[in-house]
Amino acid sequence: METAINPWWIIGGVLFAVLNTAAGLIWVERRMLALWQDRYGPNRAGPFGLLIVLADSIKMFFKEDWIPPFADRLVFVFAPAIVVATVLMSFTIIPVAPGVVVADFNIGLLLFLAFSSLGAYSIMLGGWASNNKYALLGAMRGAAQMITYEVFMGLSLMGVVLLSGSFNLTDIVLAQQDGWFIVPQFIGFFIFLVAGLAETHRLPFDIPESESELVAGFHTEYSGMKFGMFFIGEYMGVTLISALVTTLYFGGWLGPDFLPPIFWFLAKTFAFICLFILLRASLPRPRYDQLVEYGWKFLLPLALVNLLVTGAIRLMQ
Amino acid sequence: MIPDLLAALRSRFGNDIVEPETTRDETPTFWTPQGKVLDLLIYLKTGLSQPFSMMYDLTAHDMRAYKKDLNGHSRFDFQLVYHLFSFERNAFLRLKVGLEGEYPSHPTATHIWPSLNWYEREVYDMFGIRFEGHPRLRRILMPSNWEGHPLRKEHPARATEMGPFRLWDEKQDAEQKALQFDPAEWGLQTQSEDSDFLFLNIGPQHPGTHGVLRVILQLDGEEIVDAIPEIGFHHRGAEKMGERQSWHTYIPYTDRIDYLGGVMNNLAYLLAVEKLAGITVPPRAQTIRVMLCELFRIASHLVWYGTFAQDVGQLSPVFYMFTDREKVFSIVEAITGGRMHPNWFRIGGVAQDLPAGWDGLVRQFIEYFPRKLKEYDKMVMRNSIFKARTKGIGIFTLQEAIEWGVTGPGLRACGLEWDMRKKRPYSGYENFDFEVPVASHGDCYDRAVVRVEEMRQSLRIIDQCLKNMPEGPYKSSHPLTTPPIKKHTMQDIETLINHFLNVSWGPVIPPGEAMSCIEATKGWNGYYLLSDGNTSPYRVRVRAPSFAHMQMLPYISRGYTVADLLSILGAMDFVLADVDR
Repeated sequence: METAINPWWIIGGVLFAVLNTAAGLIWVERRMLALWQDRYGPNRAGPFGLLIVLADSIKMFFKEDWIPPFADRLVFVFAPAIVVATVLMSFTIIPVAPGVVVADFNIGLLLFLAFSSLGAYSIMLGGWASNNKYALLGAMRGAAQMITYEVFMGLSLMGVVLLSGSFNLTDIVLAQQDGWFIVPQFIGFFIFLVAGLAETHRLPFDIPESESELVAGFHTEYSGMKFGMFFIGEYMGVTLISALVTTLYFGGWLGPDFLPPIFWFLAKTFAFICLFILLRASLPRPRYDQLVEYGWKFLLPLALVNLLVTGAIRLMQ
Repeated sequence: MIPDLLAALRSRFGNDIVEPETTRDETPTFWTPQGKVLDLLIYLKTGLSQPFSMMYDLTAHDMRAYKKDLNGHSRFDFQLVYHLFSFERNAFLRLKVGLEGEYPSHPTATHIWPSLNWYEREVYDMFGIRFEGHPRLRRILMPSNWEGHPLRKEHPARATEMGPFRLWDEKQDAEQKALQFDPAEWGLQTQSEDSDFLFLNIGPQHPGTHGVLRVILQLDGEEIVDAIPEIGFHHRGAEKMGERQSWHTYIPYTDRIDYLGGVMNNLAYLLAVEKLAGITVPPRAQTIRVMLCELFRIASHLVWYGTFAQDVGQLSPVFYMFTDREKVFSIVEAITGGRMHPNWFRIGGVAQDLPAGWDGLVRQFIEYFPRKLKEYDKMVMRNSIFKARTKGIGIFTLQEAIEWGVTGPGLRACGLEWDMRKKRPYSGYENFDFEVPVASHGDCYDRAVVRVEEMRQSLRIIDQCLKNMPEGPYKSSHPLTTPPIKKHTMQDIETLINHFLNVSWGPVIPPGEAMSCIEATKGWNGYYLLSDGNTSPYRVRVRAPSFAHMQMLPYISRGYTVADLLSILGAMDFVLADVDR
């Protein structure tokens, strides 16, 4: 393996790429939604409206950073930082190309699961600290959603772990050289995708936010850059889940030789980001008790069966 | 039928208790003294073999300034008018009670029809007539600290009649205090045996309420214990305005009652005016009216379709449906020059003949739209999450629907095939071939099914208008037609005088009363007009369907969750301007 690259370059590179992708997604999502919804979308600032990213960021920074007098100040300020920090930490385990990974842990996948659970605190604390009824309802829904998807998310990943015999993501990618895990682990992939959607709180699982019911749910009271952190955190979450799906089920950087491995990784990740946006454009939102029921009564047993069957096949080999 | 009913009632209650009156619209009308009205109402609802099971409307007239002798009945200070409807007889019944005194009182009938609750509050709010025994007699449309009762004749109609507005400190404090929320004032408990309730204020500014509606939710967790709609934020006094507009200049105000229904409101108003004036509208004008009404039905249902999908979290449909609504509006614009509120129907016809090339536009739309409807079926109606959010939610039975005065698609979703266009045709609907879609479960999904199918049927009607548009005048030659067809004015002195009078003073409509009832986009919309033979109406009553539907909200949303409330509101398809007028 080529380990010659300076780790600081990798850290800087990943950080740069992730933050810029998240910001760039503002434009990508709005243009794509517009495309699918028969309208223009942002097309005024810069070529193809690309500078909307800049305009939005400037707007966000210069908005009044207001903390409601009735809020729990410390927690209120702290909550948005959690989501950004936990998602960023999760990126450390993802190998974008051979040897290009921030931290090559042998418990990489567990680390991701741990951070994703921590990320849910940001919604609950943010909603609670706002001291607002809409935010409170949003936070409660967020908590209900969390105890639903966390369970089957972990289980759905175990199939991949069984097949590759490792929690290390580099090993998982290398184990797919003879065939991507999407084929033997299609059920696992489907369950992880649903869990990933719920984890990022995107439509159809934007239940803690549900703007037609709860105004803006858990972040009703947030403005300025604190709201921006939730916003960016969501986009980074989308990128993270897309990158993980690519790594775990679609062979990560693997692909034909005529293009460099990193290109394949980025292309696959981008395809999944688009899938996320397309889902947002097409699906309605279930009620939160329907999601809980779907999770516990359907997806959890399905994940267990998937795990059992995978284990049995593995034993027989 | 009227003599039979009269005989039945007289044999039971005695001759002097039920006294018939002949009105211009030929709706069976009976007078009864105040003491007997409750017995009579109970008998009409439950005692007859073909009962009058729906309380369609309750309103009042302030008769103190009425100078004409209306069949000898204008002697009372106030009149209360109940409108009942019987599905078995396909007939309305008007029951009148005369009241004496400055601020009379009257026994409540809310125990007979729960739907009378809001109607009695409205009469109290507007006229100051007290209903004894009413469970919660408060203002409903006006602010709680309003002085006076607007529809009384002594109440000013314009701000300029009221003196300059002043807001001194005490008044401001009182106003601010009135805004404080106190659960006890709304009759709400703050806790049950095992839990404290959460009060959540949905609106008046909220993305899910489609306008200025406030719903006070009493929640146990996310479960709705009680939901109380507060209305009146959109009240503009449309009925009061009618009393100082001429019969002709009131037409644009009607456009804005159900602001998604456009010219359909004109039709409801004009049908009543034309009954009073005795005008027969020529067939071409009738068909033009029908075509535009159906175009507006499609436009209104498209708005409902998109926003309903959005209420349950689907982002995209609303954009497609508004694009299609634009296409409807471009036809409307080509024909009338207006879009949402064309104000295009006139007393005795329509404003102008159809422009050259109208048929091409309509034909294009008829070819284009069915394909889109099919696409929307796939996208919305057959989506399993959409079904999960709407099936089995907000159910009411046919019995309950009639009890609460639900009309239109909500009624048909309970399985009753009742469409005023078929059952009591107006404006030539009897000449058209179309079906009345029904559904059977009475839940949010079924209400959607009915509306979606109605768009297809409207398209059929428009198609028939296109193929069989009659030739002939677009306005009646009746002297009260306003404005009359201009081309005769230069040859014929009679028409010249009519033209001059009708456009300067406005038409003088003969004294009497008339009611109309049409199948509007949201349900039965009716105008009940009282004329004292003047250039403006003595009293305009607007019976709007959304008012009755909104009243039912607490009843159908208890026990569901906050998320379901949005499905219920969405499926109700109300327009706040239609609720508040």
